[in-house]
Amino acid sequence: MAKKLVSLENIVFKYEGQTRNAVDHVSFDIYEGEWLALVGHNGSGKSTLAKLLNGLQFPQEGSILVNGTELTEETVWEARSKIGMVFQNPDNQFVGATVQDDVAFGLENAGIPLPEMVKRVQNALNKVKMGSFLNQEPHHLSGGQKQRVAIAGVIALQPDLIILDEATSMLDPRGREEVLETVRELKEENLLTVISITHDLEEAAKADRMIVMNEGKLYRQGIPTDIFQMEGELIELGLDIPFSVKLSKEFKEHGIGLVKSHLTEEELVRELCELHSKM
Amino acid sequence: MRITLQDVEYRYQINTPFEHLALHDVNIDIEPGSYTAIIGHTGSGKSTLLQHFNALLKPTKGSVTIGDRRIESGRKEKELRGIRSNVGIVFQFPEHQLFEETVEKDICFGPMNFGASEKDAKDRARKALKQVGMAEEILEKSPFDLSGGQMRRVAIAGVLAMEPDVLVLDEPTAGLDPRGRMEIMDMFYQLHKERGISTILVTHSMEDAARYADEIIIMHRGTVFKKGTPLDIFSQPEQLLELGLDVPDTVRFQLKLQKELGIRFERICLSVDDLVSEVKTVMGRGNQ
Ligand SMILES: Nc1ncnc2c1ncn2[C@@H]1O[C@H](COP(=O)(O)OP(=O)(O)OP(=O)(O)O)[C@@H](O)[C@H]1O
Ligand SMILES: Nc1ncnc2c1ncn2[C@@H]1O[C@H](COP(=O)(O)OP(=O)(O)OP(=O)(O)O)[C@@H](O)[C@H]1O
Ligand SMILES: [Mg+2]
Ligand SMILES: [Mg+2]
Repeated sequence: MAKKLVSLENIVFKYEGQTRNAVDHVSFDIYEGEWLALVGHNGSGKSTLAKLLNGLQFPQEGSILVNGTELTEETVWEARSKIGMVFQNPDNQFVGATVQDDVAFGLENAGIPLPEMVKRVQNALNKVKMGSFLNQEPHHLSGGQKQRVAIAGVIALQPDLIILDEATSMLDPRGREEVLETVRELKEENLLTVISITHDLEEAAKADRMIVMNEGKLYRQGIPTDIFQMEGELIELGLDIPFSVKLSKEFKEHGIGLVKSHLTEEELVRELCELHSKM
Repeated sequence: MRITLQDVEYRYQINTPFEHLALHDVNIDIEPGSYTAIIGHTGSGKSTLLQHFNALLKPTKGSVTIGDRRIESGRKEKELRGIRSNVGIVFQFPEHQLFEETVEKDICFGPMNFGASEKDAKDRARKALKQVGMAEEILEKSPFDLSGGQMRRVAIAGVLAMEPDVLVLDEPTAGLDPRGRMEIMDMFYQLHKERGISTILVTHSMEDAARYADEIIIMHRGTVFKKGTPLDIFSQPEQLLELGLDVPDTVRFQLKLQKELGIRFERICLSVDDLVSEVKTVMGRGNQ
């Protein structure tokens, strides 16, 4: 098994003045180089977990270890330099007056020399297809364009860990797939670790591992195939199952003689073809 | 209420070095009681277009007619409140429409601004919260102390509480969990059916466009590329893919299966039921 990058140990977090814990005794590990999908109903504590991982909030109980070092007010800067986060609402993240300033901002803070910086900014914006918007004001972009720029901001930083908090929710389906593919490539090239918070279960199905949150608690963790075995249980948790799983079930219920379960459409197509050729 | 756009053009920051042509030559007719889905690539002008439906943006050329009000470029408009109370917009980012201290005040703001009594507004707020699947206990919370999906629900509740004749929805399900997405889309459809509310939905979900809309409008580079029924639009998947768009997941699956089997189904499958029945036929088990 790969090395542990981050460990959460029995984390409890409650927002000021609230009665309920937003995160309630949660423990899990994040392994180097994995793609971890974090799913759960609205208000289940996903974004709060992201803020805790990035040291924007500190837990009232429990501890978070990053590379073995506990995340505290003292160590947070060091840890944050290795973590890139894309927030749920990109407007909360923009600081620069233009798209290129905005992407450069993090690099400037990290003390990257100018020539290198210029290269990285252009490169990151090209990767998300925003290379021709360098001088536009970030707040004057369309919703999907804003999300692309926010993602370029963390790509340029070349962090060890990227946290995407519903970072592609406003992209068209093809755009979403392209951007995620770009992040997957970076992950392969650079041993990047990715935590993706998402309501898109098709996307989660492609993760190495999944964590299901429910009412602030960790409900289940495992590989997607195992998680999606829960079917009805997932639906009760406010979630859903991927299209191919649903379709495979429908086909079986209507007397089509499939025997396997299908996490991807390709697998389902394949078994249908096998069946067809045997007729 | 009918909404008609004639030869609409919209330029952001007109007459500045940052001028940007976002819409041009747009002609659209939204019939009373219809359900229209607008789809299109990132930056194609959908959100800009939507803001013309309640005169938040005024065309820089052409005209927009909303009910009996005609909005033209270059003319000062006064008293747009009538329009604003009849046409409710759910914005792409919920934060853009939340501003009060508490959720309750936020939802009550619209109705009270348009003449409802405080008591009536509070009743409406409770009802609207229920429609979006939220518990009353959050009424006293600040709308900014909520999760993303909870904010989205409150923003939708605020628009529902105005009881508009026309609902304009800009990706209203972004940020909602899968169950919320389904429940809230069904709720909008119920309102549309039962109360005849005209509904205009911008969405990246081709499934929702196929399931709910009478007409789909494809925006491309700031203008209307094509209009048609879901069947018209999704019967030509190649064209959509060329535009960088997608087809509903049932159609995508159908295309993959057809390719592997080397056959063509009788029709385009816009629902799972269609797909199941076509596949049964192909697999030779059609009459069980
Ligand atoms: N700033 C805040 N102040 C008080 N309570 C908050 C704040 N932010 C979130 N909460 C509450 O904490 C709980 C967890 O919120 P969180 O944002 O972590 O949920 P989430 O899983 O990210 O949900 P979503 O899918 O809607 O984004 C919710 O009940 C929410 O209302
Ligand atoms: N305030 C603004 N000032 C200048 N240009 C803008 C402004 N808002 C949007 N634009 C530009 O106008 C074009 C259309 O934007 P719009 O927001 O209408 O797109 P959209 O179709 O809604 O995209 P998305 O699917 O990403 O939300 C984009 O190229 C965008 O960069
Ligand atoms: Mg969240
Ligand atoms: Mg938009």
